[in-house]
Amino acid sequence: MRQSYKLIFERSREGRRAYDLPALDVPAANCAIPENMRAESKLDLPELGEVDLVRHYTNLSRRNFGVDNGFYPLGSCTMKYNPKINEEVAQLFNDVHPLLDADMCQGSLRLMYDMEKCLCEICGMDAFTLQPAAGAHGELTGLMHIRAYHEHRGDTARTTIIVPDAAHGTNPASAVMCGFKVKEIKSAPDGGVDLDALRAAVGPDTAGLMLTNPSTLGLFERNIKEIADIVHEAGGLLYYDGANLNAIMGIVRPGDMGFDVMHVNLHKTFSTPHGGGGPGSGPVGVKKHLMPFMPVPVLVERNGMIELDYDRPESFGRVKSFYGNFGVIVKAYAYIRSLGGKGLREASENAVLNANYIMNALRGTYEIPHDRICMHECVIAPGELLDLGVHTTDIAKALIDRGYHPPTIYFPLIVHEAMMIEPTETESRETLDEFIEAMKDIAREAKENPAAVHACPVTTPVGRPDEVTAARKPVVRYTK
Amino acid sequence: MVPTDRKYTREHDWVLIEDGVATLGITDHAQSELGDIVYVELPEVDSEINLGESYTTVESVKAASPVNSPVAGTVIEVNEELDAQPELLNEDAFGQFIAKIKVTEIDEASLLTAEEYEKLLEEA
Repeated sequence: MRQSYKLIFERSREGRRAYDLPALDVPAANCAIPENMRAESKLDLPELGEVDLVRHYTNLSRRNFGVDNGFYPLGSCTMKYNPKINEEVAQLFNDVHPLLDADMCQGSLRLMYDMEKCLCEICGMDAFTLQPAAGAHGELTGLMHIRAYHEHRGDTARTTIIVPDAAHGTNPASAVMCGFKVKEIKSAPDGGVDLDALRAAVGPDTAGLMLTNPSTLGLFERNIKEIADIVHEAGGLLYYDGANLNAIMGIVRPGDMGFDVMHVNLHKTFSTPHGGGGPGSGPVGVKKHLMPFMPVPVLVERNGMIELDYDRPESFGRVKSFYGNFGVIVKAYAYIRSLGGKGLREASENAVLNANYIMNALRGTYEIPHDRICMHECVIAPGELLDLGVHTTDIAKALIDRGYHPPTIYFPLIVHEAMMIEPTETESRETLDEFIEAMKDIAREAKENPAAVHACPVTTPVGRPDEVTAARKPVVRYTK
Repeated sequence: MVPTDRKYTREHDWVLIEDGVATLGITDHAQSELGDIVYVELPEVDSEINLGESYTTVESVKAASPVNSPVAGTVIEVNEELDAQPELLNEDAFGQFIAKIKVTEIDEASLLTAEEYEKLLEEA
């Protein structure tokens, strides 16, 4: 049965309050706001009793869906389970204040220093900064290294960042934000970088290339060595978008593939909460030739003590107040140290195994546009269901009724009606089998009774919101 | 049937060149593939567009798609009606332009005649 979910404004009754204060027994202070600074209309705030207020938000929170509720195969987002030990460990640091002198918080600084070393080892980089607050911020910070590197050499003609058309949308956005022009190149039929298109695109204006490996199709970029050579020979640098790092930990390292600078998402690969549970954290790793430009402060070890070094004349400055999202860094550090090197490799192996298990089980029911061994995620499409008028969006909505968070849909853009499924490593075979059965059940229903699939979801308070009107004529403010 | 008074690109754009001015838009096939268009990010008048550079982004409920220009030059006019009514592109893609560019360079090799473009649509 569909429950009614009224807006909190619709529950409002004039004069109701969730508090009860005694009358003032002292003279009221005169703190009237000057006439010219007062709002012209009254704030229209909802008025409710405490129990109604509590029920409203408690019921809303029960509609929330997270990885602790169920399977959440959101491709490219690595919605992996967040071990509870991470939270326990993070609590140990609740009382540390960022304004403490370095000698008063050596434990925290040592943890950050060790974390940088762990990330260097996992990624094959020479140094890491933990400052960036999330992935896109990491991209911007990484690109600032590239810009500083070229400017420092007096090579001001390098104004273009090359981005493949399969890239995450944040890549071109970050490049533009950093003051670069963006040149998009088409993908090869197998979804990888088209080497000829890349050769034609590079030149004296090339500042760098942004790439994820595995690609957004979940496929390993086999030509990475040639790609790195083409970009480097043209004088550009290689940027690694760490969104898909979960496929390769302990197996191959971006630094060894030829990348000069990269970011990782602690909130994806290293099991810290994200989505509504954030914040994120997007540490940036660089090779030696980019180290002088890193944001200050840089953590250094002197005489057994960790110090914050601000004396870096070529640094492009701070990118975040204090030292990054420290609590997130602690949780990710707990994850890395719990699993260890072997454990991280095993996590990647299982992530890849799970994605291939799903892809193989769905072959024949759904279309697999790039059918070869995938990495940590697989891209499928509705195939013949499209002829019945059943689209990717319908399949996603039908999954909601079956208790799943839908996968990423309509991305990557280069696949028609894409569905990108990333199961992550911690899911049991039973969970995968149940999901596969749900996907097959939807395909069956689509053939027998497409109207039923078009009606999904029926188990949610709102079925299909009018996305078109919401986007064209958004109402973002409640008025009576 | 696509209008024969103009040329097309493989990326489903149309371009009408008259007196050194290129009028640019997207084809009916493009709007139908995009689905309900909810926003058109118009270029600024007087901005310089390079050959093959994106001059507008068309946003539908599915995705935001950059549209690349088959000509280089200066933007002299944009279709401001699309600001308030992006759905006009869905209703009449061939009747609604997005921008007009005073041309300095044309990528002739990338342009298709109406006949060639129809053939492309048939093959797809």
